[in-house]
Amino acid sequence: MKKEKKKSFFRKYPAFVIFAVLAVLIILAAVLAPLLTGGVNPTKGNMAETITPPSSAHPFGTDKMGRDIFARVIYGARASLSSTFILVAVIFVLGTFLGILAGYFGGWIDAVIMRIADMMMAFPGLVLAIAVAGILGASMRNAIIAVAIVSWPKYARLARSLVMKIRHTDFVAAAKVTGSRTPYMLWKYMLPNTVTTLVITAATDIGGMMMELAALSFLGFGAQAPTPEWGSMLNEGRNFMQSAPWMMIYPGLAIFITVVVFNMLGDGLRDILDPRSNEGR
Amino acid sequence: MSAKQIGLRLLQMLIVLIGISILTFLLTYLSPGDPVRNMYLAQGVMPDEAEIAVTREEMGLNDPFLTQYFRWLGKCLHGDFGTSFALKKPVVDLLLARLWPTLKLALASMIIMIIISVPLGVLSAVYQDKPIDYAVRAVTFFGVSVPNFWVGLLLILFFCVRMKLFPVVSSGGSLKDLILPAVTLAIAMSAKYTRQVRTAVLEELHSDYVAGARARGVAERKILWRNVFPNSLLPLITMLGLSIGSLLGGTSVVEVIFSYPGLGNLAVSAITSYDYYLIQGYVLWVAVIYMLINLLVDISYNYVDPRMRLRR
Amino acid sequence: MAMLEIKNVDISYGNNVTVKDCSLTLGQAEICSIVGESGSGKTTVIRAVLGLLAGGGKVTAGDIVFEGRSLLKNSKKEWRQLRGHDISMIFQDSGAMMNQTRTIGKSFVEYIRTHEQLSKKEAWEKGAEMLERMRLPDGDRIMRSYPFQLSGGMRQRVGIAMGMTYQPKLLLADEPTSALDVTTQAQIVRQMMELRDEYGTSIILVTHDLGVASYMGDKIVVMKNGRIEDKGNRDHMLYETENTYTKMLLDAVPSLGGRRYV
Repeated sequence: MKKEKKKSFFRKYPAFVIFAVLAVLIILAAVLAPLLTGGVNPTKGNMAETITPPSSAHPFGTDKMGRDIFARVIYGARASLSSTFILVAVIFVLGTFLGILAGYFGGWIDAVIMRIADMMMAFPGLVLAIAVAGILGASMRNAIIAVAIVSWPKYARLARSLVMKIRHTDFVAAAKVTGSRTPYMLWKYMLPNTVTTLVITAATDIGGMMMELAALSFLGFGAQAPTPEWGSMLNEGRNFMQSAPWMMIYPGLAIFITVVVFNMLGDGLRDILDPRSNEGR
Repeated sequence: MSAKQIGLRLLQMLIVLIGISILTFLLTYLSPGDPVRNMYLAQGVMPDEAEIAVTREEMGLNDPFLTQYFRWLGKCLHGDFGTSFALKKPVVDLLLARLWPTLKLALASMIIMIIISVPLGVLSAVYQDKPIDYAVRAVTFFGVSVPNFWVGLLLILFFCVRMKLFPVVSSGGSLKDLILPAVTLAIAMSAKYTRQVRTAVLEELHSDYVAGARARGVAERKILWRNVFPNSLLPLITMLGLSIGSLLGGTSVVEVIFSYPGLGNLAVSAITSYDYYLIQGYVLWVAVIYMLINLLVDISYNYVDPRMRLRR
Repeated sequence: MAMLEIKNVDISYGNNVTVKDCSLTLGQAEICSIVGESGSGKTTVIRAVLGLLAGGGKVTAGDIVFEGRSLLKNSKKEWRQLRGHDISMIFQDSGAMMNQTRTIGKSFVEYIRTHEQLSKKEAWEKGAEMLERMRLPDGDRIMRSYPFQLSGGMRQRVGIAMGMTYQPKLLLADEPTSALDVTTQAQIVRQMMELRDEYGTSIILVTHDLGVASYMGDKIVVMKNGRIEDKGNRDHMLYETENTYTKMLLDAVPSLGGRRYV
């Protein structure tokens, strides 16, 4: 019986399953980095081997400090993936929470939250993120904070409009009349209604958020040396384009492939949870 | 849009601007960086701690937050946005010099984006689920997934280093210097916009009046060009306005890659050298430009749609 | 020879057969009402007659023959000549079937110029004249109005006027009265029956309202779940039929003082 069920899930949603597997593989690669790289240290380089092209000893070549780029790319997955997941989680929780509050209570709570959200949205995202990250000081943690500050309004707005849709329905009124208290209302009624849409939004945003963080790192406002991170590696490779293009090709490729996988995953998830939507497919 | 509504919008803009300026000022106030030290570094000297402390006092950087803020605000209202620590020039001058190149870049990218996205989006919608639709969707998918800074670097690698067609470092003057940055920026934006065009046109194609026109025997081409497309312009213009945000943000990254002398490039270096007044000025100016453009988009939207005109 | 013959037609969306084995014959100046609940397939059937099945729907079995010619073999050009000319369709909300951002006149002129070589001015005049022929006051003013500026009843009458411009042999009406109040409904129903009397137009009327269906229809077809449940001429369907579903529908019509006004 169970085998039949699994089979039909795959048949029905082949795309999702494939990309879920790929995503898991990428995550595994990050986790099992030491295994994959055969124990090579990504932060310590051999100065005798600076800027060597790809070879059997160094599949992706070495950088200006003599570090093995293949190892750095694999270990770089750790920084990129973990920071992205943390970022999306923060935005999701913060945005949803504020949005539900604004939608449910209305009044001045709504006004304040929405005006702050407007302020964030009245500004080109990356610019504000750069300003915030730069001013706070360059670090991965601050980069996450910066992008989170700029991105939560989208989720808040979404959550708010979903809550407002059902706030005045009969079943909510009935629950109120029978004495349900506010926290209960928020948790059991408002939240479940918003969760599906917001989870889909978050899943499809993973790729984009990853690129934003990489962009900040690229500009120098995110991960700091010697931590391997794809965006900052691209920045390092920038100065050696003529002599050592492999320094920037492979990290960029890593970002690209990872973003593609997670974007496909997000789309696949959306197809499962909300097949009616025809947006952007 | 009535004058009253426009006035209201401008007032809202003002409030938002004040809010943003307070936010950035607060951030710079709390930041650990030291502009005075950086200023001296930029000049190549490094005086001792006492001198630095004296300079800091002279520049009023030890005053309480509100004092500094209102001092700055007051000067702004007189058109004086302060002087850059690192570059020793008035912020206004620096921003003005870089404004036009960035606007040129943004405009060029937008033109390229429209030229690519609109035809592809329309084609993709009209021939929904046919081969060309799948092709366009595949291409836009990859376009959206690729980091624009990587693309920029790849383009430099290919066109400048290998083929030596364009100079690696641009001086921002001629058309040649504009092309690669504009194309880089346009790629990711076109991918996203093409999808939006497709969605907008598809929605129009599925509306009732299209079915009605078909039932009356009107030719598909007439339906598309005389009815669907003009009706799609409204959401398309709105989406164009929305994409300006990513456009302005994207110029920062692209300008840095191509060493293009624009606002974004200036901002990034200002941030790395903790050049507070420059950062403040930059944030404010970009916010104003962005909001003005959105206002223009809204006004034109109101004007184009007869339903809004007549239903007042 | 009957004017329209639907012969054992199956309609499918992908692998889903939504209408099965539908057969219907219609002669000249005949009115046939198709009744059924939502989802019974009645709208699908008449859309299939005009080749207007939405999103991937296809006639997968049987034939639809109009004046001796199979409609399933029509080229795009033949459809364009047929639609709005020999066969017209009116909808539940005729206003929605016109571009909301253009005046009625513009949509009307566009429609006329599809079928005739007239200048814009001539087409405009023809349109205004057609509206007045349908007893709509001040045709020119209507032409200059936007659909949302007219009442629901007016919009339906404009829709009928447009549909009748070329005195089609067959008029397909998809729930034309469902969105209207009772008084306006009566008006529209009367007007449609006059079309048959004045122009000899045959009408297929799709509705969930048994009252309207039996008032207008010479024949009544009852559909359920994509299949024809029962059919026959009016008297048979109202008084003689043994079909349980039909009888259930009849029973559902509210009676006043013991009498049913169906």
